[in-house]
Amino acid sequence: MLLRTLFHLAVFVAMPPLLLGVVNRTKAIFAGRVGPPLLQPYLDLAKLLRKGAVYSRTTTWVFRAGPVIGLAAVASSGLLLSMGGAPALVSFAGDFILFAYLLGLARFFTALAALDTGSAFEGMGAAREVTFASLAEPALFLCLLVLARATGAFSLSGMLGAKLPGAWAGAAPALLLAAIGLFVIALAENSRIPVDDPNTHLELTMIHEVMVLDHGGPDLAFILYGAALKLFLFGAILSRLALGGSGSAVVSEALFLAGLLAFAVGVGVVESVMARLRMVRVPQLLVGASVLSAFALVLLLR
Amino acid sequence: MSSATELVFILVVVIDLFLLASSRLGAAIRIVAIQGALLALLPLLLTHEEGALGHAVILAGGALAVKTLLIPRMMFSAIREASIRREMEPIVGFVPSMVLGGIGVALAFAFSARLPLIGSVHPFLVPTALSTVWAGLLLIVSRKKAVNQVLGFLVLENGVYVFGLLLADAMPLMVEAGVLLDLFAAVFVMGIVMFHINREFSSLDTEKLSALKD
Amino acid sequence: MLLVILAPLAFAAVAFAVSSGRRRPLALVAGALVHAAGVVRIVAAPPAHEASSFLGVDALSKITLLTTTALFLASAVYAQGYLARRSDRDNRTFVGGLLVLLAAMSTVALSRHLGLTWVAMEAATLATAPLIYFNHNARSLEATWKYLLIGSLGIALALLGTFFLALSGSAPGGPRTLFVDELVAAGPSLSRPWVRAAFVFLLVGYGTKMGLAPLHAWKPDAYGEAPGLLGALLAGGLTNFAFLAIVRVLQVTRAAGEDAFARDALVGIGLFSIALAAVFVVGQKDFKRMLAYSSVEHMGILALGLGLGGAATAGAFFHSMNNGLTKGVVFLSAGNIHRAFGSKSTDDVRGAARRLPLSGPLFLAGFLAVTGSPPFAPFFSEFTILNGAFGAGRFLVGALFLAFLAVIFVGMGTTVLAVVQGEPSRAAEPGTKDSWLTAAPPFALMVAVLLLGLFLPAGLKGLFGDAAALVGGGW
Repeated sequence: MLLRTLFHLAVFVAMPPLLLGVVNRTKAIFAGRVGPPLLQPYLDLAKLLRKGAVYSRTTTWVFRAGPVIGLAAVASSGLLLSMGGAPALVSFAGDFILFAYLLGLARFFTALAALDTGSAFEGMGAAREVTFASLAEPALFLCLLVLARATGAFSLSGMLGAKLPGAWAGAAPALLLAAIGLFVIALAENSRIPVDDPNTHLELTMIHEVMVLDHGGPDLAFILYGAALKLFLFGAILSRLALGGSGSAVVSEALFLAGLLAFAVGVGVVESVMARLRMVRVPQLLVGASVLSAFALVLLLR
Repeated sequence: MSSATELVFILVVVIDLFLLASSRLGAAIRIVAIQGALLALLPLLLTHEEGALGHAVILAGGALAVKTLLIPRMMFSAIREASIRREMEPIVGFVPSMVLGGIGVALAFAFSARLPLIGSVHPFLVPTALSTVWAGLLLIVSRKKAVNQVLGFLVLENGVYVFGLLLADAMPLMVEAGVLLDLFAAVFVMGIVMFHINREFSSLDTEKLSALKD
Repeated sequence: MLLVILAPLAFAAVAFAVSSGRRRPLALVAGALVHAAGVVRIVAAPPAHEASSFLGVDALSKITLLTTTALFLASAVYAQGYLARRSDRDNRTFVGGLLVLLAAMSTVALSRHLGLTWVAMEAATLATAPLIYFNHNARSLEATWKYLLIGSLGIALALLGTFFLALSGSAPGGPRTLFVDELVAAGPSLSRPWVRAAFVFLLVGYGTKMGLAPLHAWKPDAYGEAPGLLGALLAGGLTNFAFLAIVRVLQVTRAAGEDAFARDALVGIGLFSIALAAVFVVGQKDFKRMLAYSSVEHMGILALGLGLGGAATAGAFFHSMNNGLTKGVVFLSAGNIHRAFGSKSTDDVRGAARRLPLSGPLFLAGFLAVTGSPPFAPFFSEFTILNGAFGAGRFLVGALFLAFLAVIFVGMGTTVLAVVQGEPSRAAEPGTKDSWLTAAPPFALMVAVLLLGLFLPAGLKGLFGDAAALVGGGW
């Protein structure tokens, strides 16, 4: 048991940048390019960590605290998440609320740091990010409620634990809808197409990227790493939800890792085949995800 | 078998919600055609007795021909003839109409549990029918263009059709054929009127139809 | 029995086939005559029917068929004159559509199966839509679209209600049927919540076709823009059949023991329709729209009479006949005035009695009849309903009914007198004059309305009683 937990911790720390690499490679293949090496995100992080940071004189401690708190919050939320069906390191009834709000805390400080620069662009980005997040959050909670209802558990470990495969037998449609909703939320939360374009270089159309324009060096590394962790977290939930697992620990872990990679490929495919939505259409997408998850919940409650 | 039926019902409802949010006319027509195809599957999935199979096959074939092939084709040719702009313009925004649709679906599922149903009816049948009727009504009242209102009418009729499946054995085939034929004729007549509206006003915006009032 | 359905259809086919626009309207008269002959035969010697036959005759069918065939015959004669004047328009669809409408209406009258009733009502709706568009201008197009959309919506809800009704009888041992007789026979074993829901949906659905408020939105537009001839057939014919469909549903609802609820709903929606008509009739400058609101009023009266029960129900059936015939008078004469002045607004139309020595006074007389003035027949039927209301101790309903009627009388009177009296303005070009073909039909209907008021044959009176007995009423 301890071995599995240690393994999960190691995966959680080491694997996230690889997911970014897989996403980028998928996009490159779709575009007919060779693309950067799979491990490029690690090299980028290492490079950034070796650099120094430049701070504007108009900023305060909030600006410096933002990336650190952001990374810390996302990393601690990872401790609540069960991976591959094994119980998480920390688990108690209602921990999914803490999970959602740790992610919220990270976003709050990133937005605050952006506002602290006093730049008009960063303020705009922060406003957009928070607007969309406020629409994504109800959808996330509805999805988690569907899971809670289907498995009868109120902790993330329980929801994604041993009861999940059994729940599929009884409530397949609801769980399928919740999985679709969760995928949309994952795209929105991780600033992916069709909500946001991580590659854009036009400030007017940016959402997440514009908030971190003024960060550099280790701060930017923290932010990038935090974003990768977040992608990993959603991938982990979806992987477990969609693939389930078997009794054997090794098979479960293998399925889990395969699911994570499949998730990264899926994100890459979506980014390649879809255009980014017009800003006014984004709320519709997120409300649609909420309505879908609400419908899933109704299916379970009736 | 049962889970396939369940999946079809859920897809029908998801399509209702999608239509409420959809802003592209062409996509909406295609998705209504898909809904029609799903509905054509239902009588086959729902028959229990061997004897009723012939009836179900005819009903499914009729629904497939009318709802999936004929009407969508007519709507597409109407779009082409009238060179309608493909983007929809709602009176009620997409988000409110989607939320209203979601509320309607929730209510439909909540209330149909209380209705006294007899026999072994699939538990999703009635709520799906009611949700689809509700979505159709919403589409009719919340869209400006004549084509979209016709689309809403189709969705409404789809809901009624789902409900009608409850009674496949109480309804003589003649009546069912009449229902399908009437639906087809209704859309046909609407199509012709739409063509005239387009010629008369150079637009299919029903807000221009406002000369008559008290 | 099939004659009254198939003959109009056959003549419709003839009308579509004939290439001469001048001779085509004769198909209308031929169809109307054969239809009338068929109706006389049905009324004189009604063929027996079984509980599970699609077509059958009862008192209700006889009343509606008699009214309709008289109205259609008058309209067919009128159409000869009207279409001759409108030779600029292709009348192929118009003539064919009218005959299809007649066939669909006859099917509703004879149908003993609620599914068949629905199919025929929908067919009638669709056959009417191109007719409203006869004038091919923007306004008639708008009216057509509204009529189609609202009508289809209503008819879709009626279908849902029909399904509910079928579902109510689908318990083990239930009738699992939509035949009216079998449903009525199974009465108490029907599932009551479903019957109740079915009644609501069917009332809304067929109520839309009847034009009960607040589902009447299509009515002023359609009646205002369609030729007067079609207005007569819609207001006096088709609406009666929607009413008939509601009566059939009430039969089943009553058998299931839910009639107290249904009657309250009918009284409520009836009074509301009369009240709404009263509001919109006052100050109405367009006299054809005014007639449409008058039609809303009369549909309200029918619903009210049906809801009150007892003698009022018999009165409602009497009124349905009177309303059909009187609407023929007012719409046909209003059509003549419209033609003669080229306008239907009281701003332009004055002195109709001078310019049209027949249609003008007929319009005035028709107005008196339609608002329920003695000695015309509608007075007696409305009086019966009022009497029924007071007799049943529903004084508030009766008082409101009376008050609304008074307002409508004054409101319509203002418009009608402005149209009929005075001196025609010089500026308006003298349009078409009265001819025998266009003035005689409303005159004949007027005479019929007067005669029914002065003397109600015992046979007819018995018919109304029998029809009312179907839903628990009677003289």
